[in-house]
Amino acid sequence: MHWWLPLKGSTFAGEVDGLFLAITIITGIAFVLVEVGLIWFVVKYRQRPGQKAFYTHGNTRAEVIWTTIPAVTMVALGLISNHYWVKIKGRHSVPANAYPIAIHAKQFEWQVTYPGADGQLGTPDDFTVRNQLHVPVGRPVVVHLSSEDVIHSFFVPVFRVKQDAVPGMDINAWFQATVPGTYELGCAELCGLGHYRMRAQVVVHTQDDYDAWMKQAAQEASP
Amino acid sequence: MRKLGAVAATGAVLALALAAWTRQPSPPAQGGGTISGKVKFTGTKPAMPKIDMTEEPKCKAKYQGVPTEETVVVNANGTLANVFVYVKSGLPGSYTAPAPAGPVTLDQDGCRYHPHVLGIQVGQGLAIKNSDGILHNIKAKAKANRPFNISQPSVMTSTKTFDKPEVMVPLECNVHGWMHAWLGVLPHPFFGVSGADGSFTLKGLPPGTYTIEAWHERYGAQTASVTVAGSETKTADFSFAAK
Amino acid sequence: MTTVAATAHTTPAHHDDRSFIRKYIFSTDHKIIGIQFLFVSLFFLLVGGLLAMQMRWQLAYPGQPMPGGGILPESMAPGGVILPEYYIQLVTMHGTFMVFFAIMPLLVGVFANFLIPLKIGTHDMAFPRINMWSFWSFFAAGLVMLSSLFVPDGAARAGWTMYAPLSARHDYSGASLGQELWSVSIILVGLSSILGSLNYITTIINNRAPGMTWFRLPLSVWSLFITAILGLLALPVLSGAAIMLLFDQIIGTHFFDPGAGGQALLWQHLFWFFGHPEVYILILPAMGMVSDIIANGSRKPIFGYHSMVFAIIAIAFLGWIVWGHHMFMSGMNPTLGSSFMVSTLVIAVPSAVKVFNWMGTMWRGNIRFHVPMLNAVAFVAMFAIGGLSGIYMAATPVDMFIHDTYFIVAHLHYVLFGGSLFALFGAIVYWYPKMFGRMMSERWGKVHFWLTFVFYNLVFFPMHILGMGGMMRRLYDPSQYKFLQPYQPMNVFISISAFLLFATQLIFFVNFWWSLKKGKLAPQNPWHDNGLEWSLPSPAPHGNWEKVPTVYRGPYEFSSPQAAEDYLPQYTKLPTDREPARAPVAGH
Repeated sequence: MHWWLPLKGSTFAGEVDGLFLAITIITGIAFVLVEVGLIWFVVKYRQRPGQKAFYTHGNTRAEVIWTTIPAVTMVALGLISNHYWVKIKGRHSVPANAYPIAIHAKQFEWQVTYPGADGQLGTPDDFTVRNQLHVPVGRPVVVHLSSEDVIHSFFVPVFRVKQDAVPGMDINAWFQATVPGTYELGCAELCGLGHYRMRAQVVVHTQDDYDAWMKQAAQEASP
Repeated sequence: MRKLGAVAATGAVLALALAAWTRQPSPPAQGGGTISGKVKFTGTKPAMPKIDMTEEPKCKAKYQGVPTEETVVVNANGTLANVFVYVKSGLPGSYTAPAPAGPVTLDQDGCRYHPHVLGIQVGQGLAIKNSDGILHNIKAKAKANRPFNISQPSVMTSTKTFDKPEVMVPLECNVHGWMHAWLGVLPHPFFGVSGADGSFTLKGLPPGTYTIEAWHERYGAQTASVTVAGSETKTADFSFAAK
Repeated sequence: MTTVAATAHTTPAHHDDRSFIRKYIFSTDHKIIGIQFLFVSLFFLLVGGLLAMQMRWQLAYPGQPMPGGGILPESMAPGGVILPEYYIQLVTMHGTFMVFFAIMPLLVGVFANFLIPLKIGTHDMAFPRINMWSFWSFFAAGLVMLSSLFVPDGAARAGWTMYAPLSARHDYSGASLGQELWSVSIILVGLSSILGSLNYITTIINNRAPGMTWFRLPLSVWSLFITAILGLLALPVLSGAAIMLLFDQIIGTHFFDPGAGGQALLWQHLFWFFGHPEVYILILPAMGMVSDIIANGSRKPIFGYHSMVFAIIAIAFLGWIVWGHHMFMSGMNPTLGSSFMVSTLVIAVPSAVKVFNWMGTMWRGNIRFHVPMLNAVAFVAMFAIGGLSGIYMAATPVDMFIHDTYFIVAHLHYVLFGGSLFALFGAIVYWYPKMFGRMMSERWGKVHFWLTFVFYNLVFFPMHILGMGGMMRRLYDPSQYKFLQPYQPMNVFISISAFLLFATQLIFFVNFWWSLKKGKLAPQNPWHDNGLEWSLPSPAPHGNWEKVPTVYRGPYEFSSPQAAEDYLPQYTKLPTDREPARAPVAGH
């Protein structure tokens, strides 16, 4: 069991995790200040005979300081986060040479359509497989997400990628896998009674392995 | 004497009338008439897509080879299986058939429905069994009857009934998208499904002229008109052509 | 310096010749209405808890028959084993009951009704009959929602957020009447809220006692005032959305059905445009009451009263422009992701300011740890955690990972339970004497507090870890995923802690009910507080005062050099005080 985040399996996993760590440090400092402060005050200023409270209505300088520091921190965090947001999800974020795979989400399965030998979707050599996402390592992959019925969400924890699949919309989500292996994909938006089992296997292959798999899968998928 | 005769005659007439009034439709004499036949298939047998059960190891393990979809099952002798044959019309208006006490079982085994096509009487129980022990849901997309969608996450049996005739109610599992079955709900027991030898038999029919229908999920429906009397057997064959 | 007792003098009302029905059932008295809300909401809090206990059983022991599960019908739990469709009904109804029928009515229905006229110095609300309707529409809404559990095909099951098209189409969800009853109930609950808001806003603006200027209002009243404005503007959006959903469900419209020209995302925008102000409705009154209690417990004025007021207003204002942070992954334009991220990060600032001001109030105080103070300090500690965890979600790249995982579940429970519910425990104990004329048991209040505090953290803190591991929300059986199987022991740990947490709440319930008849008789001002309500007997009489009091100072004059005691009520006239310029409201 991990006590932290899962294996970093994509190019932006490092960035997402880095941001997560940065936020942990910032919020950690605030957490310690507040909680330790509270415990200290609770102990130090508990009622004692003869003790009187200090009659004051506040301190403007304190207000300015503890408004400004959080405000500046939040703005800085926003600017940094936005940089990565645009990189990962921005309208021009999908790399030009990304390998296309279409995923059609349906209660309760993922219909994965591969472009076949010609590498292009929408051609006769495309083939569809249920619940198996195979991708080559080290290459950007763009998933064209669609939904048959309700809102589902495409989530691969090790890639740190998540994108809702919305009926009536075609949405792109891209990632680049970095570690060969077998992982899992889960549905991350409640979609009905089978939501908890709407999972798929994700296999990251080396390029040679991938070509071999592609040939074999294309054959098996054809009637 | 004449008075007695009159009374006796009246009584006899009354008795006959009473008997006629309370007469049940005569039970099929010695089992009644039979309609049987074969469903032939002409043309090239279509290849059925393979089912990849890799994501469901418990089901995949139940097969030696790779299972295929069951949309079109052509038997070795050139006949078509899974054709639902039933009496569409022709029964007397007064005919009633009580629903059998015992249920019809639909089993989910190896991530497939067994049988693929089945019939049931109105009011009869459909015992839906999950022999796989993994999550199946049964979605009945009925139109005349109340649709339902229930899950069975483990080995269990759920029973449902249908209170209106409907040909055919599609059944599907959404966890395993290849799982489909077809259910015919009828107000009488005169239906059957063509099996591994392509034959069907409808037994116990009261005398009359019937329209029987043969329904297939891909090739549509065909009808035939058959008259039976007493306990004779009549043949009605059907033929579906590859599209 | 003068003693408080010698100069505290107001004229409580005496005359009350109403019938039993008029007095206690169809009452227009704001205090009775507040108590009606209290009894009914506590019942729904219990219902919400029972639903959660079933969820926790299934999560810890997937597929195992639940003890007592035999009483559930086959369609929900055959042989006591919870079915997936029942599990998502539990998830949906737990959220729905807790948000709309427990926390919101406890904070607003109870305390806005009970406190506002008492704390601003007037006889009742501006529109007492509308107030009565506000309660009865809430009651009707609750009955409708409860009934949806018992109808054929079961209750609504698309999450309390009710995303379309899953919620709009019976063939997708498997539910039918239950989904529709949810929509009807929500429309009624929205009506209840709107009627209440009308009263609170009008009463606070128009009916304050002489001398009760805006900046002498207690923070509890400020927060209830701002909350009422939020409610008035937000609930109609929810009601509108619920009507559209109901029409999609029953009369064949397709607002949310893309197959027929509608849009799935439309529901999300409408729901969250309401939903975000809603969560501020769920926390601001708690913050206000906590301020009153902390000042009282610390025997010190609130630190930075004006900042606190501006922070409440800032949170409420900013709350209107952050709704998209619930939709970062929804497929909406990514540029909106950037703009909503900025507004969301900014809203952290006024919340932080409030936390520092509460700490400032305690600093150099003379702190009494009565039960309300214990709960109020816990509020600050737990709300801080909940608020800080929100920062992870505000950062959109991180949200991409933690959206729809247990990290979110942890966050929302830290603010709603660790925040609002602790504040409610404190507030109920605090104002109980003025409601019922008796004190709740101090000893059992402390036992309840400490056990709740420990078990509550054991339940919800580990959920952050589950979320970081990638465990998604609303999963009937997480062990279906290989990567989640190692977390199963943690799920068991959380569930056992949850069962203990639930059992502990029985202490509160017993204390509450037992003390109604057997509690120590309450003095007029048991907490030595400064608010106008403490000038009345315990319990407060119908009509409150014969003649409303006059207000001479702010609500937090604790340890003032002008008084011998460490408190100085708002209504006490010192020789140095002048009469306020404003004449009393006509007719008072």
